[in-house]
Amino acid sequence: MATTVTAEQVETVVADALAELGPDRELIKRDATFEELDVDSLDLAELSQVVEEKFGVRLKGDDIASIKTVGQAVDLIVSKAG
Amino acid sequence: MTRRAVVTGVGAVTPLGVGARTLHERWSAGNSGIVDGRGACDDFDPRATMSTKEARRADRFTQLAVAAGAEAIADAGWEDGLPYDALQVACIIGTGIGGLGSLESNVVSQHDGGRVSPLAIPLLMGNAAPAALSMRYGLRGPSYGVISACSAGAHAIGTAVRAIQSGDVDAVVTGGAEATLTPFATAAFEAMGATSESGISRPFDARRDGFVMGEGAAVLVLEEAEAAQARGAPILGEILGYGATSDAHHITAPEADGAGAAAAMRAALADAGLEPDDVDYVNAHGTSTPLNDRAETVAIKAALGERAAAVPVSSTKSAIGHLLGAAGAVEFVATLLALRDGVAPPTVGWEEREEGLDLDYVPGSARPLERRDRPAVALSNSFGFGGHNAVLCVQAAG
Repeated sequence: MATTVTAEQVETVVADALAELGPDRELIKRDATFEELDVDSLDLAELSQVVEEKFGVRLKGDDIASIKTVGQAVDLIVSKAG
Repeated sequence: MTRRAVVTGVGAVTPLGVGARTLHERWSAGNSGIVDGRGACDDFDPRATMSTKEARRADRFTQLAVAAGAEAIADAGWEDGLPYDALQVACIIGTGIGGLGSLESNVVSQHDGGRVSPLAIPLLMGNAAPAALSMRYGLRGPSYGVISACSAGAHAIGTAVRAIQSGDVDAVVTGGAEATLTPFATAAFEAMGATSESGISRPFDARRDGFVMGEGAAVLVLEEAEAAQARGAPILGEILGYGATSDAHHITAPEADGAGAAAAMRAALADAGLEPDDVDYVNAHGTSTPLNDRAETVAIKAALGERAAAVPVSSTKSAIGHLLGAAGAVEFVATLLALRDGVAPPTVGWEEREEGLDLDYVPGSARPLERRDRPAVALSNSFGFGGHNAVLCVQAAG
């Protein structure tokens, strides 16, 4: 399962999950920062649950602390899933 | 100089609709918001007040509190900013249980092998409503919840009055909120035989058979009287007195002689510097349970003496059901708006007298209060499981 994950798939799942949390869909782009989107640590904890469910990837506290943009989150998830 | 607490804004979301004036007008007309044995806030849309993010981060009881709070803040003219140093504005909100719906859904999810939300605790905690209001409006004075079952709303307001009188703060956003129309709470109240089998809330009527569960919230803005006058605030009324006692008797049943409840009424009157003859209206706790309405009738007679036979006594719960931790705040707001209009709203559906329950329960629709040479005064009673009694004495502004 893990090897078949594409960046596009991850991007879609991440964008859908973030849109549920509040930010406008059109603002959710690769270079958007979580700060700009008003996505905080509780939002990222919810996002990581979705990611774990869909891709079997666990994002730990250090991982979450290191990602600042949507693109960084997607890349991290893809690398962990691969 | 004695510091006094005046009400400068009110807001409510109740089974009669959204808005404090909606509650007042519909109740006064003898309408009921109870449908199929429940007092639900069906007209309430949290997104009318809150962003997606705010609404997701709030249990329904908090959403109701924020909507009522937004109305009260606007009513007080605080929409464009606080008229006081933020550290001088407190937020004290009562609830009976807190975010029970969020607790239930997360427990069910975990039980079924699903996830527990990272938001579970912040949603269910009983202090979530004051936290949300504090953040939304930048209230940086003391903020906390008050937990005392069905007297929580009244305790919160009484505590807020004391915070102003003592000089701790200049203003308080206070009230109560509850949203427990959930499968668990419904089953639990039913199991203890507290709720009505008929699904009809008819306080003080011989046929009453338990309370009808309701949900909602009311929030008010209290300000120190001189400060409020100095800024030209709209003053709706003044909280003249607050009395709180305990039955020290039983976890759910009231004392049959209503001694604790009567002592709270006397204490509220003494705090106000008033006598029983000064009371123009009593907003009863009036749950529609066989025990409460009998004990409360005894207590009103004990506290008010001869005045008890003449003063109109009615229960808001006849129109909206029992809002538990929100009840005291919602009923206080309903009482204040009734006093301003010079009416005693009705005990909706009251028809059959029971022996010994012989007060004037105001059947039908609202009735004009006897005119006096000063604005009308009322007592608003709240009694909670645990034997908690809280009574507020309020006077409409002149």
